Amino acid sequence: MRPENYKPVKHPPSEEYDLYFGPNHPGIEGNYALKVRLSGDEVQHVRADGGYLHRGFEKLMEERLWIQNIALVPRICVPDPVPMEETYSRAVEILGQIEVPERAQWIRTLCLEMSRVTAHLFYFGGHAATMGMYSNMFWGVSDRDRVLDLFEELTGARVYHMYTTPGGVRRDIPEGFLQRLSETLDYLETRLPEFDDLFFANPVVENRARGAGPMSPEQALEWGVTGPNLRACGLPFDLRRDDPYLVYDQLEFDIPTRSEGDAYARTMVRREELIQSIYILRQVIARLPSVKGPIRAPLPNPLAWNLPHGDAYTRTESSKGELGFFVVSNGGTRPWRVHVRGPSQMHAVQVLEQITVGQRLEDVAQIMFSLDACPPEVDR
Amino acid sequence: MKSSLFRPLKALAFLGREPVTLPMEPRPAAPQYRGFHLNDWEACIGCGTCEKICDNAAIRMVEFPDLADDPLKGIKPRRPAIDYGRCCWCALCVDICPTGSIALSREYVHVDADLNTFFILPDEQGIHGEGFAKGWAKSDDADLLDHHRQPMAEAGADERIADFREIVEGYDDQRAVIEASRCIQCGMCHDACPAHMHAPEYIRALWNGDIEEAVRQIYRTNPLPSVCGRICTHRCETACSMHHRGDPIAIRWLKRYAMDQADRGLVQRIAEQGQVGEASGRRVAIIGSGPGGLTAAYDLARAGHAVTIFEAQPEPGGMMRYGIPEYRLPYDKLDEDIQVIRDLGVEIRCNTRVGKEITLDSLKQEYDGVVLAIGLHLGRSTRIPGSEHPQVFSAVDLLARITRGEGFPLPQDAVVIGGGNVAMDIARSVARMQHAEYGRVGVTLTALEKRDQMLADEEEIREAEEEGVCIFPGRGPQHCVVDADRLTGLKTVACLSIFDEQGRFHPKYDETDEMVFQGDMVIEAIGQMPDLSMLDEQLNERLKWAGRRIAVDADGHTSEPWLWAVGDLVQGPDVIHAIADGHRAADSVHKALMGSTAQP
Repeated sequence: MRPENYKPVKHPPSEEYDLYFGPNHPGIEGNYALKVRLSGDEVQHVRADGGYLHRGFEKLMEERLWIQNIALVPRICVPDPVPMEETYSRAVEILGQIEVPERAQWIRTLCLEMSRVTAHLFYFGGHAATMGMYSNMFWGVSDRDRVLDLFEELTGARVYHMYTTPGGVRRDIPEGFLQRLSETLDYLETRLPEFDDLFFANPVVENRARGAGPMSPEQALEWGVTGPNLRACGLPFDLRRDDPYLVYDQLEFDIPTRSEGDAYARTMVRREELIQSIYILRQVIARLPSVKGPIRAPLPNPLAWNLPHGDAYTRTESSKGELGFFVVSNGGTRPWRVHVRGPSQMHAVQVLEQITVGQRLEDVAQIMFSLDACPPEVDR
Repeated sequence: MKSSLFRPLKALAFLGREPVTLPMEPRPAAPQYRGFHLNDWEACIGCGTCEKICDNAAIRMVEFPDLADDPLKGIKPRRPAIDYGRCCWCALCVDICPTGSIALSREYVHVDADLNTFFILPDEQGIHGEGFAKGWAKSDDADLLDHHRQPMAEAGADERIADFREIVEGYDDQRAVIEASRCIQCGMCHDACPAHMHAPEYIRALWNGDIEEAVRQIYRTNPLPSVCGRICTHRCETACSMHHRGDPIAIRWLKRYAMDQADRGLVQRIAEQGQVGEASGRRVAIIGSGPGGLTAAYDLARAGHAVTIFEAQPEPGGMMRYGIPEYRLPYDKLDEDIQVIRDLGVEIRCNTRVGKEITLDSLKQEYDGVVLAIGLHLGRSTRIPGSEHPQVFSAVDLLARITRGEGFPLPQDAVVIGGGNVAMDIARSVARMQHAEYGRVGVTLTALEKRDQMLADEEEIREAEEEGVCIFPGRGPQHCVVDADRLTGLKTVACLSIFDEQGRFHPKYDETDEMVFQGDMVIEAIGQMPDLSMLDEQLNERLKWAGRRIAVDADGHTSEPWLWAVGDLVQGPDVIHAIADGHRAADSVHKALMGSTAQP
C-alpha cells in the first residue's frame, strides 16, 4: 500500500529530452548556459543558467575609492566598456556636483560612439558565427581591431580603456588622432558594401534570421527590452535623443527602427546604427578642434575624496540598451552601494526564455546572439 | 537583394587584396600605451602613494636598507614592486605619483613559465632591461593631486608695520578642509618631525571635520601646539612628498587651525586623558619654562609626579615669550598652551632664578630629579672694536626687554649684525617701534652670508624687506664707528667666504670693498649661549662636557644621575627639537624615578 503523501514521479514525454546548452558556445559573448528542453529539434522550454562570470562588481565597488572604480567598471561589459565608465562617472559627477568641461564632453561622446562601432562590428561577426559563417566573423573582428588601434592611441589601452573619469577624461586627444579616426571611418564605409554582400544581403542569412526569436512591441515593453532590440520592434526610443546627456543634443542623427522584431530586424537595426554612429563621429571630428579648454574638472585628492550624502541614477544608451548606474554615497570616500541596471540582464534572462520557445535548436545560438546580451554584465 | 548568375565572380576582386588576418609579430605600441611599469629610482622617494591608490593591491613597497634614507628630505629607502598577476594597467599609480617617477612603458610582451618573473621591481630600463620608451606618463592636465596650497590670508606690509598684531590670520573652515584634503598620508612629515608628530592622522581628522580627533592626535606628541602651529620651523613641510612637484601641505597652519577651533575645555580634557590618577610621590624640579622644560613637565605630570618649574623671568615660556616677537606668536596663545600644562598640576615659580633665589644644590636635596632647560639667553658678541660701546646691544637682550615692557633708547637708525631668524626678529621689532615713534623705519641689516645662504626663513627675509628693513648680505663687520664717544655707525667689508676648506669658521674679506652703515645703535644677533652661572665649581668639575655643551646621552641624561639637560642647552635650534628633547628626558626621568616598576 502507498503512503498518503505519495506523489508519483512525473516523467517527461518520452520524445522530449533536456540539453545543457553552454556554457561555452558561439551564441554569446562570454560564458552563459541554457537548460533547453527539446522535442525533436523544437525548443519546448528554456531556463537561463548564468552565474559563470559573477565577480561581485557591485560589492567590490563598495570597497574602492571613488576614483579606483573607474578601473573596475569597464570590466562589467567587455565588448562595450565605455558606457560603463561614462555612466558611473556621470553618477559620481551628480553626487559631487562636478561640471564636466565642454571639451571633455565632446571627447567622451567620441569615445562612446567609437565603442558602439566596435560593439556592433563584434556583433556582426558574432551573429554570423552562430550560423557558421566564419569569414564574416573574421572580418568583423579584424575591422573592430582597427578601431581598437585608435582606442589604444587615445586611451593607452585597447579594450579596458579606463579613460573616462569623474570630471572629464584622463588625457587629451593625441596629435593627428582625429585625422586617423576619419580615415578609419572612411575605410569602414567602404567595407559596408562588402559586409552586405557577405552577410546582410546574403539570402542564407535572411532565410535563417527572418522570423527567428520574434517579439511584439507590447512584449518588448513588458519585458523591459531596451536599445536596438526595442527599436527592432518598431519603437523609436533612444536615450541619446529622449534623455540626452553629454553633447548629444547638439548632434544630428536618426533613430533607425524595424517593425519585425525578429533576429533579422535586430541585426539590420544595428547595421543602420553603425552608419549613424559614423555620422555622429564625423560631426564630432568637425566640432572637437574648435572646443578648447580643460579636459577634466579639478578633482579633490582621490585618497581624501568624500562625496556628499545622496544618491544618483544615471543612464546611457549603450550598444546593448539602457545602461543605468544607481550610486549611493553616505558621505565617505567610497560608494555605500552601487547597483548596475544592465540591459543584458533583461535580454538574456526573461526575454530569451520566452522568445526561444517554439524555435529550432539550430537557431537558439543566433537568437541569443541577436539580443546582443553580455554575460559578465548579467552576472556582474 | 537581387541575385545574379555572376555574383560569385565578385569574389575575384579579393584576389589582389591583402588578407585581413592580423600580423603575428609584435608591433610598437601607441605613444601613450599602458604597458609594463618604469620607475626612476633617483626621483622615487618611496612614499608609497602608488601602493595606496592601486585598486588591486598589485603594488607593494619593498625595503632596501642600502638605499639613501633621508627623513629630513622626505626619502624612504623603499621602492614599489609590481605583481603582474594583479595589475590591471589602470595607471592610477602614474597619475597620482607625487614625484612623477613612475610611468608605464610601451613594452607589452612577457612570456615565461616561471611565475616569479611576473613580480618585478620596475626601474628605468623596464621589465626586460630593453629600455622601451615611456608610454603613459605624468601629464599636468590630468594630475590626480592638487599641487597648489590654499592661500593664507596675511596682513600687508603697511598694516603689519603699524603694530605687533599677529601677521597671519589663519585658515577658515573651507580652506582648512581643502588644504587638509590635499594630503596623501605618506607619513614623510611624521618621520621628519623631531617629535614625530602624528601629522597624517590629524590632517585626516581635519578633512573629516573632526576637530576633537585632530587635537587628540596633536596632543599625543606636542603639548605646545598653538605655539608650533605658528612658529615651528616645519621640517615636516620640507619633507612633504607634495613638495617635489608643487607646494607642500601647510601642515603648520593646519595644526594652528585645529587649535584655534578647539574649545579650551576640550583641549584640557584631551590633555588629561591617560593621566595617572595616583600620585607617584616623586618630585621633579625643572629649571626653565621654555618648550623643553614645559614638555618634560607635561609628560612627568601626566605620569603622576609632582613637578615644579623654576623660571627666572616674570612669566613662563622662555624664548617663546622673551625671544619671539608677538607679531609671530601672540602671547595669549602661548598662555593657553601653558595653562593646559599648569592645569595638569605643574607648579611654575616665576621670578625665581636658580643660582640666585635658590641654589641648584638645594634643588638636588629637595627633589628626586632635576631637569636643566635653561636655553640660550646670553647673546654672543662679535668682539669687534667698539662693540663694548653702551649703544651696542645683543638682540636677545633687546627682545626680552620689549616683551617685559622695559624701555630702551629707541635708535633713529639701527644696524643689525646677523642673518638668522633672531636678527630678523629684532630688526622687524625695532622697525615697528620706530614706525610708531618716529613715523619712519631706519633699520639696516648686515649678514656674512650671501642672500640665498642666509639662515633666516625666506619669508622672514622677504617680509622684513617689505617692512622697510634694508638688508646687505655678504658683508663682514669690522668695527663700530665711534665719534667722540658717540656711536655713529658700523664699518663693514665685503665677505668673500665664511668657512675654510676644513669647514671651520674663517671668513675671508675683501678689504677694498668698504661700506659704513650709519646708525646710533648696533645690535648683535650672531648667536646665543647659555647662562651657566648656577653651576658651582664642584659640579662644573664633575659634569662631563662635549665641547662647550654639557654632555648628555640620547635621553638627555647628564653624567650626574640626578640631572638631565634638554633643549637649546644641549642641541638646537628650535621649539620642536626642544619638545622632542623634553619627551625623551621625561621618559628617562620617569624610568630613573620609578625603577623597574616604570610603565612606559
